[in-house]
Amino acid sequence: MKFSRFGSAAAIIAAGALVLTGCSGGGSSSESTSSTSSIITTNGSEPESGLIPSDTNEVGGGKIIDEVFAGLRYYAADGKPVDDLAESIDTDDSTTFTIKVKADQKFTNDEPVTAESFVMAWQDAVVNLRKNASFFSDIEGYNETGQPLTGLTVVDDNTFTVKLSAAASDFPLRLGYSAFYPLPASAFDEAGKVTDEFGQNPIGNGPYKVDGDKAWKHNESIKLVKNDEYKGGREAKNGGLTVTFYKDFDSAYADLLSGNLDVLDQIPDSALSTFQDDLGDRAVNQPAAVFQSFTIPSRLPHFSGEEGELRRTAISYAINRDEITKVIFNGTRTPATDFTSPVIDGYSKDIEGSDVLKYNEKKAKELWAEADAISPWDGSFQIAYNADGPHQAWVDAVTNGIKNVLGIESSGVPVAVFGDFRAGITDRSIQTAFRSGWQADYPGLYNFLAPLYATGASSNDGDYSSPEFDKLLAEGSSETDLDAANKKFQDAQAVLFKDLPAIPLWYQNVSGGFGEGVQNVEFGWNSVPLYYEITK
Amino acid sequence: MSSNDQEPTIKRSPNHFVAPLEETPLAVIDAVKVDEKVSNLWTDAWAFMRRRPMFWISSFLILLVVVVGLFPFLFTQTPPNNECFLANSNGGPEAGHILGFTKQGCDIFSRVIYGTSTSLSVGLIVTLITASLGIVFGAFAGFYGGWVDSVLSRIGDIFFSIPYILAAVVVMSVLAKYRSVWTISLAIGLFAWPSVARVLRAEVLRVKNADYVQASIALGVSRFKILLRHVLPNAIPPVIVVITISLAAAIVAEATLSFLGVGLGSETMSWGNDISQAQRDLRTAPQVLIYPSIALSLTVLSFIMMGEVLRDALDPKARALR
Amino acid sequence: MGGYILRRVLQAIPVLLGTTFLIYFMVFALPGDPVLALFGDKTPSAAQIAQLNAEYNLDKPFIVQYFLYLGGIFIGDLGTSFSGQPVSEILAQAFPVTLRLAVIAVFFEMVAGITIGLISGIRKGGIFDASFLVVSLILISLPVFVIAFVAQYVFGIQLGWFRPTVGPGAPIQDLILPALVLATISFAQIVRLTRSSVIETQSLDFVRTAYSKGLSRRRVIPVHILRNSLIPVVTYLAVDFGVLIVGATVTEGIFNVPGVGRTLYQAILRGEGPTVVSFVTVMVLFYLIINLVIDLFYAVLDPRIRYVK
Repeated sequence: MKFSRFGSAAAIIAAGALVLTGCSGGGSSSESTSSTSSIITTNGSEPESGLIPSDTNEVGGGKIIDEVFAGLRYYAADGKPVDDLAESIDTDDSTTFTIKVKADQKFTNDEPVTAESFVMAWQDAVVNLRKNASFFSDIEGYNETGQPLTGLTVVDDNTFTVKLSAAASDFPLRLGYSAFYPLPASAFDEAGKVTDEFGQNPIGNGPYKVDGDKAWKHNESIKLVKNDEYKGGREAKNGGLTVTFYKDFDSAYADLLSGNLDVLDQIPDSALSTFQDDLGDRAVNQPAAVFQSFTIPSRLPHFSGEEGELRRTAISYAINRDEITKVIFNGTRTPATDFTSPVIDGYSKDIEGSDVLKYNEKKAKELWAEADAISPWDGSFQIAYNADGPHQAWVDAVTNGIKNVLGIESSGVPVAVFGDFRAGITDRSIQTAFRSGWQADYPGLYNFLAPLYATGASSNDGDYSSPEFDKLLAEGSSETDLDAANKKFQDAQAVLFKDLPAIPLWYQNVSGGFGEGVQNVEFGWNSVPLYYEITK
Repeated sequence: MSSNDQEPTIKRSPNHFVAPLEETPLAVIDAVKVDEKVSNLWTDAWAFMRRRPMFWISSFLILLVVVVGLFPFLFTQTPPNNECFLANSNGGPEAGHILGFTKQGCDIFSRVIYGTSTSLSVGLIVTLITASLGIVFGAFAGFYGGWVDSVLSRIGDIFFSIPYILAAVVVMSVLAKYRSVWTISLAIGLFAWPSVARVLRAEVLRVKNADYVQASIALGVSRFKILLRHVLPNAIPPVIVVITISLAAAIVAEATLSFLGVGLGSETMSWGNDISQAQRDLRTAPQVLIYPSIALSLTVLSFIMMGEVLRDALDPKARALR
Repeated sequence: MGGYILRRVLQAIPVLLGTTFLIYFMVFALPGDPVLALFGDKTPSAAQIAQLNAEYNLDKPFIVQYFLYLGGIFIGDLGTSFSGQPVSEILAQAFPVTLRLAVIAVFFEMVAGITIGLISGIRKGGIFDASFLVVSLILISLPVFVIAFVAQYVFGIQLGWFRPTVGPGAPIQDLILPALVLATISFAQIVRLTRSSVIETQSLDFVRTAYSKGLSRRRVIPVHILRNSLIPVVTYLAVDFGVLIVGATVTEGIFNVPGVGRTLYQAILRGEGPTVVSFVTVMVLFYLIINLVIDLFYAVLDPRIRYVK
């Protein structure tokens, strides 16, 4: 998933929610004041591409797509998958899945949602190299050059099968992600490609629909209204949702305080120290599925082999995560205890080797000295970050800590533009450590591990390679039982703790707030509020 | 020229058509005092300035800022960027740390002292760039007019209409490896000179119609000489005001670029960087913002005051008015 | 006069070409890959990169990209942003907002700046002069983002006089606070400039003559002093109007004004060449027109300046 340049924005999957939590049912007193036709306003950012699910990989567009479309499943607030359009998803071997779609589901233009709606959309994603194409990479016939998938077969109007090229125990878990949403036939041109026009005014099947042709005012806002046709578990309890686009969270926060915004899903840095006081019980601060770290590529001098292992461990010990999250982030980050996130099913805080994440000045110095015995340290330990996001403060704090504990030179290296930062990482020209992070696409451990640390994986920017880790990951994937799979994934993390391809720092909390007039605001595992539950 | 306003009033007797030389005070006036200093624009200016307290105050401040910028280690023993402990974050003053601590727990006093040289250099280099480019372009455009004016003014237009933030992002990214006060000054200065040029051009247009300029032209003095000797000195005073303000603006622009993330890295101490970092905690720890701001304001103030005195000193008319 | 205007209009053509070329080059020279940035922390496949590069002409050499863009202009196609919106539409949205903001800001600057500058100049060295010297110095030495945050917090949130950010449609009343913030930056400059120009003009012969003719201050100040002091001030105001249209990035960002500065800055960061170039081109056009008007205005303010050649 795209981790926004602001490194903090809310997640992309807004789908999840409990069908009826106690919280949303407790509105008896507010029923008289709140209205099912009221419009909720929330913050967002201008989508970076047209609103096509498979082409939207960033927060701004993803937040809207998740409200406008409904997929086979959605995620509850705690990340548990709940069937939405899926009648059933069956498999015997974690390789071939038979998916039945509920009958009588409609897009807002009255087209029925069928098995074909899914298959067409998925083929478009792969053939036209949409940004989310890699989500289909496990399906048979996938290759990066845009050949159609061979593993998708339509059985009848409401049934299709998916054949994977290798077992993936968590495939059903992934199906709540927006890349897997269906599209109506009217979205496609003759060649079977989703048109750009569709992306400007998408027709979906979700709890909300785009309010007409001119509802998306570019760089300003988008208006969504309740879709009365939607009958799934995410039925809207309000009349609509207006997403206002902000350049930064500071102005959105000012609007929240002055009553011009109902729900804000990210507190700006400038208000971290005051928002709990400003908002009282309307403030939200809970862990979320965002993992932050910095990566030390093994190609850097002094960071390979045994010496590298010692230095990585020493650096990890030298970082006082408790203090930094408290002082720099005012408790809106939770110190990391693993490589995933505490809101993910299968998370464990007691993975073997995880004590390298605990501040230990003495051990840090010892290990560093041991490494110096192998080859004496020279130069400065630097961490690169994109300066168009709010990273300077924590990078400075981390490097100051390293300086103080290890007695070496250490500093941050700002890169002006995110595109430049990414280019340096992608073409491997970057010659320092660099900030890294991962926001889950779907609530599974595998999503935090495979794309980042598997040998040759797409986002393995540090070129980490460990046969042991790869083996455990593959074993986990071929399990049919999710708990057994998670056990393997935890073991795999034990390998990571030894090698430390990235130094885990903390989990970014969802820190948000809501206005005085709104009730039933609950934030999901992915940092996005469950908008459909909100009443006003 | 206008520096000889003090035309002596000579009383002559109307009875004599031509007075004998010894009867008139002309001998005294015409006598050449060989050992007296030559009076020109700059000596006059000096004579004027040294009587002005504002001159001495601003000179003292500028000298102080320059000395601090050159020799920061004379003023503090605390390293600005080491020994930063988060335990001291935004902490108040204590022994050895008279101004307290920044968010990162660094000593504010030391950072302000060490930041001087960066901010001062940015201000001076930018001013040098804008002044030299602006004066050349503005003077030639205004004085020669015609196609010279057209070409130079339109070049100014092109540079001016390029948003300096775009320029800064580009310059700072392209020269990322050499990120320093020089690159950031270049990024600011290269696109800020047209405003100086425009003000000067307007002044030159005004001055060149003055009688003394027309007289020089009639006398056949070379055009370039006229521009240098007669037009520029008289057109420069408002430009000095703009330049001193733009020096201040450059120091502030560095802060804004830091705020936007295209400034200097945090290992370079600068007031701008510190102000932009402290802005996050404006509401809870305003003191962290205030000290670098005061340093910045004082520096800016001293240069503007100096500009003010210089302008008056170089402008005999304003001087005479006092 | 007519010939002069015609010549200036013709001069606009090379300026426009020069600027678009320079800008396109700058965006091109920006290191980093806008396509990579679209994928966030993920790394796209080679085929995906190739396809997106082709779609936005990013695979072609710089000079070809530039001429493709220029060619597009002639058929009214300014390209599209990454979000699929025609650039012409983005322009039509952002410019009116920024124009309104700039007009309000310049209005504040002009009224307050010239008035205070005039009084300071006439009563040079007085208490009024001294106190506004201090005020303007403080304003000059504070970065705009500090002023903006403080103003937003105090007037927008604490006192509630204004909406802290600009609401949908950017109505005038929401633009007043950001305009005031913008005005503070140049206000100080206008005051200083007016003041020094007034002092200078006061010493000129015609002013002395006017006084010695027995004219009252009431008449001399506006008719003789002010009118003749305005040339540098008007120049600066015009330049500043250009600056406000071009560079209100920070203020527009803080107050969430959907104007040129904010849009342009985002486009720069995203490396959207066509958007950046189109915006700057329109800004240059504006700027050229303003300059022309100002140069003509000189002739009105100072009859000695004539455009005859």
